[in-house]
Amino acid sequence: MIAIPSRHRSLVLFAIVVVAQVLLLAVHIRRDVQGGQDRLIRVWIVGAVSPFERAGSWGVQKLRGTWNHYFALRQAARENEDLRRERDALKLTANRLQGKAAEAERLAALLNFRDAHKEVPMLAARVVGASADNANQTIFLDRGERDGVRRNMGVITPDGVVGKVIDSYRDTAQVLLLTDRESGVGAMLADSRIQSPVGGVGEPLLVMKYVANDDTVNSGERVVTSGMDRIFPKDLPVGTVVEIKPGNPFKQIRIRPAANLERLEEVIVLLTLQPIDLKKEPEAKAAAPAKSERAEPAAEKP
Amino acid sequence: MNDTFDIRSGAETHIEVHKFRAGAIVAATLAALVLQKLLPVYVPKADLLDLPLLITMYFGLSRRNPSTGLLLGTVIGLLQDSLSKSPLGLNGIAKTLVGYIASSIGGRLDTEHPASRFALAVVFCGLHQGVIVLIKRLLLAQPEAWFTARLGLAAVVNGVVAVGLFILLDHLRKPS
Repeated sequence: MIAIPSRHRSLVLFAIVVVAQVLLLAVHIRRDVQGGQDRLIRVWIVGAVSPFERAGSWGVQKLRGTWNHYFALRQAARENEDLRRERDALKLTANRLQGKAAEAERLAALLNFRDAHKEVPMLAARVVGASADNANQTIFLDRGERDGVRRNMGVITPDGVVGKVIDSYRDTAQVLLLTDRESGVGAMLADSRIQSPVGGVGEPLLVMKYVANDDTVNSGERVVTSGMDRIFPKDLPVGTVVEIKPGNPFKQIRIRPAANLERLEEVIVLLTLQPIDLKKEPEAKAAAPAKSERAEPAAEKP
Repeated sequence: MNDTFDIRSGAETHIEVHKFRAGAIVAATLAALVLQKLLPVYVPKADLLDLPLLITMYFGLSRRNPSTGLLLGTVIGLLQDSLSKSPLGLNGIAKTLVGYIASSIGGRLDTEHPASRFALAVVFCGLHQGVIVLIKRLLLAQPEAWFTARLGLAAVVNGVVAVGLFILLDHLRKPS
């Protein structure tokens, strides 16, 4: 038996612990490469911590509700005055908005999406947590395997694409946000229809990766999903081009996400692992008026 | 986990001994992990904080026992990895090192003054990030920048938060 001087024992323990974790890393990477998942420890720990997380989230919601309904009433009179002014301003804004065809088109696109994909089951979920370390851009939802959430399902908000489910546990699911450096979505420019994946770089803005220098891209142009990743349906808003620089060999295009990824509280999970058949979209659009025609007489029935 | 400890080094007989209330370390660790996950949902830019790192640091500096310091760092780091998408061991190794160094130097430095606590938190944040980048580059083949403005800001934010947090955690000590 090798005798270790007592003053070196902690150093030896340190070496053993670090080597053990390097081996753990190696095992994790190996399993990842082989397509498996190193889930056992994570399932236990997520299962143990998620009740506290849910309780914390519930507590914060209650606290905010109490504050908004009781304590904030002290400012009700001032707010009432502000709201009156705001109402007048909103009336003017509403009139202007009615004339904006672009806004209407965007809303119509979303409505069409819902109509065209009624067969796609969707599930509303609340965000109950973020990543435990700041190196990753992930969030945790209050829905999991029990609600039908599975790995690789798409997650959206009415504003646009959020990310995809990378792990699903019993009562919670982890979602990789678009802004994570390992994230990506099949996308295209809404006007020119140039296709290129959009991914994160760990910052609030996204990057469009493979647009040739010869292609014309305008600042402010909308970016939508192309449907080519077979996770998200076509024409969902991804973001808006905010910066374009020539690069080698591709343009450097930065995009502001359409969904507010820094303040997510509620999201929609697309509860399907089947790629949405793009051919169905026009058919569904064509079928939609026919359906509504059929539905109207039915609605008139007592 | 044993929440009491003693220092019996002959050369450092005047080092102040801190004992903590029962369950204080477990409760503080759990609270830090839950808050680390909850805060970014409600507070923008809260992901700059690394509360588990600050907890590792505080108890490492207070315990001044390298073995318990490094083991606490290991446990907190592995828990953090499990609750994120990081490979198991990434934060584990970084926080093991932080726990080991913090508990090794705890007896040699003034760790009670707010200025030294701020400086230590900034330095440990930089060290922690350096180890993470090193592991990512060497073991995971992920190119990562050694320094960004965001990391600098995160170190300062963690330093400021550490000053307030450590005062709160001081209340978990048993009166001597």
